[in-house]
Amino acid sequence: MFGLNKKDTTLFIIVAAMTLLAPFILNPFPTDSALAQFNAGYPDLMQRFVIFGILAIGFNILFGLTGYLSFGHAAFLGVGSYSAVWMFKLLSMNIIPAIILSVIIAGLFALVIGYVSLRRSGIYFSILTLAFAQMSFNLAYSVLTPITNGETGLQITLDDPRVLGVSVAENGNPPVTNLFGLEMRETFTLDLGAWAFQFNIGFYVCALIMLAAFYVSVRIFRSPFGLMLRAVKSNQHRMNYTGLSTRPYTLAAFVISGMYAGLAGGLMASMDPLAGAERMQWTASGEIVLMTILGGAGTLLGPVLGAGFIKYFENIFSKINDNILHTWFAIMPDGLEDLLVTIVHPFVGKGWHLTLGLLFMLVVTFLPGGLVEGGQRIAKALSRKKKDEPKTPDASE
Amino acid sequence: MGILEVKDVGKRFGGLQALGDVNLNVEENTVHAIIGPNGAGKSTLLNVLVGKLIPDSGSVLFDGQSVLGRTPHDINQMGISRVFQTPEIFGDLDVMENVMIPCFAKRDGAFALNGYGSVASHTDIREKAEQMLADVNMLEKRNMQASSLSRGDKRRLEMAMCLVQDPKLLLLDEPTAGMARADTNNTIDLLKEIKEKRDITMAIIEHDMHVVFSLAERITVLAQGTPLVEDTPENIKGHPKVQEAYLGQAHD
Ligand SMILES: Nc1ncnc2c1ncn2[C@@H]1O[C@H](COP(=O)(O)OP(=O)(O)OP(=O)(O)O)[C@@H](O)[C@H]1O
Ligand SMILES: [Mg+2]
Repeated sequence: MFGLNKKDTTLFIIVAAMTLLAPFILNPFPTDSALAQFNAGYPDLMQRFVIFGILAIGFNILFGLTGYLSFGHAAFLGVGSYSAVWMFKLLSMNIIPAIILSVIIAGLFALVIGYVSLRRSGIYFSILTLAFAQMSFNLAYSVLTPITNGETGLQITLDDPRVLGVSVAENGNPPVTNLFGLEMRETFTLDLGAWAFQFNIGFYVCALIMLAAFYVSVRIFRSPFGLMLRAVKSNQHRMNYTGLSTRPYTLAAFVISGMYAGLAGGLMASMDPLAGAERMQWTASGEIVLMTILGGAGTLLGPVLGAGFIKYFENIFSKINDNILHTWFAIMPDGLEDLLVTIVHPFVGKGWHLTLGLLFMLVVTFLPGGLVEGGQRIAKALSRKKKDEPKTPDASE
Repeated sequence: MGILEVKDVGKRFGGLQALGDVNLNVEENTVHAIIGPNGAGKSTLLNVLVGKLIPDSGSVLFDGQSVLGRTPHDINQMGISRVFQTPEIFGDLDVMENVMIPCFAKRDGAFALNGYGSVASHTDIREKAEQMLADVNMLEKRNMQASSLSRGDKRRLEMAMCLVQDPKLLLLDEPTAGMARADTNNTIDLLKEIKEKRDITMAIIEHDMHVVFSLAERITVLAQGTPLVEDTPENIKGHPKVQEAYLGQAHD
C-alpha cells in the first residue's frame, strides 16, 4: 500500500492507530483514581510526544542510517521555532506558512553547518556540530537579540504587524495560532464514566504531520538513497572505489534530518507561540541522541518509542513528590512507610533524571538495539512456540 | 597504445622508495599479471591507479585520459574497478545489497537523490545483481550478512561487486589469497569465462604462480619498486633474473 511492502504497511497502520487513539491509550486510569497521575493524555503532553517523535525520526535518518552522530540538532529545532514565531509576528497566525518557513530556514542552516562539519567524521564531526549548536545558542542569547529577543525569548505582541491577519484579537489579547481558523488550543472533552478523554486540535494536527513524516522516513529507509546511506555507515572506502561520492549523500541526510528538526521546532511554536534560546542548548541536543538510542537507532519505530518514553518520564515521574509517595505507602506501618518514601524519593520528582539514567544504562547494556530489540525479543520468544519463520534482519521494525 | 599507460611513476614514503620510475603498458583486452616479492610496491602501484595515492612523479593515462588528481569515485566511473588485498565489502549489508550498490553507482552516477520506490522495485538492478551472484555461485547466499561470509566468499563477493559494473579495466590485488584450492580454481575459471564473454582488461597481482600462469598473457616482474622484466609467461618462467629475484624465493 502507498509504495510500502506488506510488513511496512502493517507497521505504519499500527503507528497510525496508536497515534490517533493516543487520547485513549495514554489515559487508562479514571480521573479520580490514585493512579491518575500516571495518565499522560493531556493536550500539551501529547503534543510534545508527537513533536519530539518527529525530531527523533529525522535524527534517525542521519544517525541511524549513516552513523554520523550529530550533537547539535537542537540548533535546528531552535531555528525552526524562531522562524515560525517571526511568521506569526509578520504574516498571520496561520501555522502553515510558519511551518513552511521553519523547514526551509532549518534546511538552509543545516546545509551550512553540514557542509563544514561533514569534512570530518567520527568524534570530530560530533564535536563540530556541538560547537556550531553552542555557537548558535550563544548568538541567540546575546548578539542576535534583535532577532531572538535574547533571554526573554521571542513572543508575539499586540504591536506585531501580521499583515495577513490581525494584530489584536477581538477580546483584546494577541490572536491564537490556527489552521485556517481552526484554533490549535481547541480541546473537546469526552466524559465516559469515570474517565475524561481530551481531544485537542493541535495534537491532531501534529499527529497527522508526524505520520506523514514517519511515512516519508519509511520510504527513505527502503529507497536506493537509503541503501546508499547505510553503505556510508558500513564502508565509505568501498563506496568511493565503487564510483560513489559519499559527501553529497551524508550532506543530503544531514539536511533532511535538519529539516525534520526545523519542522518539529515550527510545530512547537505553533502550539505555543514563543521561542527561547534554551531550546538550542546542548542538553536539548543530547536528549535527541538519548531518545534515538534508547528506542533503537537505525530502526523505524525506535525513535518514536524513545521520544515517547523520555517525554513520559520527564513529565510524569518529575511530578511525583513526597506527598504522593506517602499516599502510596499509606497502608504500611509508619516506620516502613517513611523508609520506603526515603528510598524512592531520589528516583522521582527532581530525581527523574536518575531513574532515566539508570534505565538508559540498562537498555544500552542489555539491549544494544534499544526498546525495539526488547520488543523483538519478546515477540520472538512468543512466536518460537508457533513456528520458525525466516526473519529479515535489522531496520525492519 | 595500451588502455593503461604508466610512465615514469615514482613514489616515496619518507626514506623508502616504494616505486621508482615504473613504466607499464597494459594492452586492451589482455590479462596482465604483476608479480614480485612482498613489499615490491605492487599494491602501491594499484593505489596510484585508483586515486588513493598521488605519485611524486610520472603520469598515468587510462583510455587516453590522465587519472592523476582525480577522486577515486571519478576514476571508477571512468571504468576502473578494484578488488583489494583485504576484502572491502559492505559488512553490515546483505550479499544482494552489496552487489546492487555498484549497479546503482553504474546506472545513476556518483550521486543521485534516488528516493523513489523501494530498492527491490528497481527490477533492472535486481536482475543484474542476481545474474552476477549466480555467475559466482553465491545466489543461495544472497540474504546473508556480508560480514558473516568466509574469507574466500568475501573475495568472491568483492569480485562480483567489481564485475557487475562491467569495468573496462579490472584490478585484482591477490584475488585468491586465503581461498581453498577448489575456490581458487573456480575463480580462475570464472575470470576466464568473463574474459571470453566480454571485452575486459585485467591487471592481476598474485603470488600464486598457478593462477598467474593460468590467466596471464603478459607478466611484469616488480622488485623493490622497479620493473625487472616484462614478457610472456613462457619467457618469464625461464628468465634467470626472475628466478633469482622472485621465483627462486617463492619455491624454496
Ligand atoms: N601508506 C604507506 N605509508 C608508508 N609506507 C608504505 C605505505 N604503503 C606501502 N608502504 C611501503 O611501501 C612498500 C611497498 O608496499 P606494497 O604494499 O606496495 O607492497 P606489495 O608489493 O603489495 O607487497 P605484498 O605482496 O606484501 O602485498 C612496503 O615497504 C610498504 O611498507
Ligand atoms: Mg600488496
